[in-house]
Amino acid sequence: LRQPNLQGDINMATKFEEMAVVVSQKEIATDIFDLTIQTKDIAKAAKAGQFISLYCNDGTKLLPRPISLCGIDREAGTLRLVYRVTGENTGTKEFSKMVAGDQVRVLGPLGNGFTLGDKKAFCIGGGIGIPPMLQLAKELNCEKTAVLGYRNELFLLDDFENVCDTIIATEDGSAGTKGNVIDAIKANGANADVIYACGPTPMLRALKAYAEENHMECYVSMEEHMACGIGACLACVCKTKEKDHHTNVNNTRICKEGPVFNAKEVEL
Amino acid sequence: MSDIKTSVNLCGVELKNPVMVASGTFGSGQEYSEFVDLNRLGAVVTKGVANIPWQGNPTPRVAEVYGGMLNAVGLQNPGIDVFCKRDIPFLQDYDTKIIVNVCGKSTSDYLEVVERLADEPVDMLEINISCPNVKEGGIAFGQDPKLVEQITSDIKKIAKQPVIMKLSPNVTDITEMARAAEAGGADCLSLINTLTGMKIDIDRRTFVLANKTGGMSGPAIHPIAVRMVYQTAQAVKVPLIGMGGIATAEDAIEMILAGATAVSVGTANFVDPCTTIKVVEGIESYMRKYGVKDIKELVGAVHER
Repeated sequence: LRQPNLQGDINMATKFEEMAVVVSQKEIATDIFDLTIQTKDIAKAAKAGQFISLYCNDGTKLLPRPISLCGIDREAGTLRLVYRVTGENTGTKEFSKMVAGDQVRVLGPLGNGFTLGDKKAFCIGGGIGIPPMLQLAKELNCEKTAVLGYRNELFLLDDFENVCDTIIATEDGSAGTKGNVIDAIKANGANADVIYACGPTPMLRALKAYAEENHMECYVSMEEHMACGIGACLACVCKTKEKDHHTNVNNTRICKEGPVFNAKEVEL
Repeated sequence: MSDIKTSVNLCGVELKNPVMVASGTFGSGQEYSEFVDLNRLGAVVTKGVANIPWQGNPTPRVAEVYGGMLNAVGLQNPGIDVFCKRDIPFLQDYDTKIIVNVCGKSTSDYLEVVERLADEPVDMLEINISCPNVKEGGIAFGQDPKLVEQITSDIKKIAKQPVIMKLSPNVTDITEMARAAEAGGADCLSLINTLTGMKIDIDRRTFVLANKTGGMSGPAIHPIAVRMVYQTAQAVKVPLIGMGGIATAEDAIEMILAGATAVSVGTANFVDPCTTIKVVEGIESYMRKYGVKDIKELVGAVHER
């Protein structure tokens, strides 16, 4: 008889469900919130590029909200989450009202993170895809440049500049290069051998093509509507070039096999 | 434990307790085994499996709605060959009953899977004739009593395990479908599958789901499910598995009082991966609180005030 390998044993389990405590929260740009939570086991087990599921206290909102990890302090056991409030009466609106001492139910860490290499790297974030690139930039022990694409309002820029060379693009040209992240790379004459990226699908699609043209490796962090967050419900799939080992069809689970994929392996 | 009897007999199959999971919400148990001791569940009902791999629908496949969710996964599955090689052996290592949910686009698809499972160590079959998210098969079989009876009797002719027919709530009178399945020889009925719904994104002025419509599940549908289980219990003699919005032991007990011999936890698994165990423990507490010695005393025990 198979014995359970349940959460609670840090040496065996890979995911934990727990009540985390809010350490601090502030709004760092319009509708962009910077939240730090104290966890028991999740932060200790977390890797750059993974995400957590945050549950609402409002019982009418059933599904967990997947949120990427902007910062991981394994010693202190804290996680930094930088997320966008998506509208009135949303789960993220509820989270944005939390203050120090409040409790929030969390499941994680989920998914596979970035595989850290030693090739000269671009850490590219677009919009709310910027936050997870910060922890990656911190952990990459190699030559690296952060490339950040904003609409107009900047956030987390100081954090990145403390870690590595950082170049930016804004849609309206109010700061950095006017245009997108590829425009910023070209304008600054920057180069690298590998791309790590998170952001809107059109950006990821453009970066996949850019990487192919320039013979670079490219890893993208994907997003999709999720339900379970652990690979059971098959809601959050993306199309794959080859047949997936688990699903036995040409799509793969973003929450389980992802969210980070080699761009060559997925259709964008 | 010994002071109360939670085991139930479902057409000859003895379950240690009445708590199982709703097909499609629990995979084949592997992902949830990190949170839940599967040995404590009455049964695991697998995600639907077809004769060949199915790609499923485009994304987005899920949307949250008030007190519930919509899904239009479209029965993505790896096909029966991979399922028999991988999923059944995984579940065999646990002391729980294995119920395989079978889906198909045509009668012959269903029969092929049922035949393939005949020699597998599977305890029961649940036939999905009620998925609202696939164009062919699925619900098309579940909304016409003649087709319900026909496919049930076709499956019963070759099935080696007891057959559960899973009913759709998207009908005028669910008892008509229940009687048709019973007439076709069904050993058991499970209800309800999801209710067809729709959600519109008012900012983009488009449908949230790529499939436009999806099946609604979650606590918001629970009263509908309780009503349908109650009506069906009055209409047929075969045992019922009640499901639809069960999130707590109290929800499960309501369903049992309405006439269900066993219950399935579905969407609530997404809300709290440990829901099933909490329901198992909560049913035991309820039995102790009210001095219920055997859970059978509760089945259909709702009465006139």
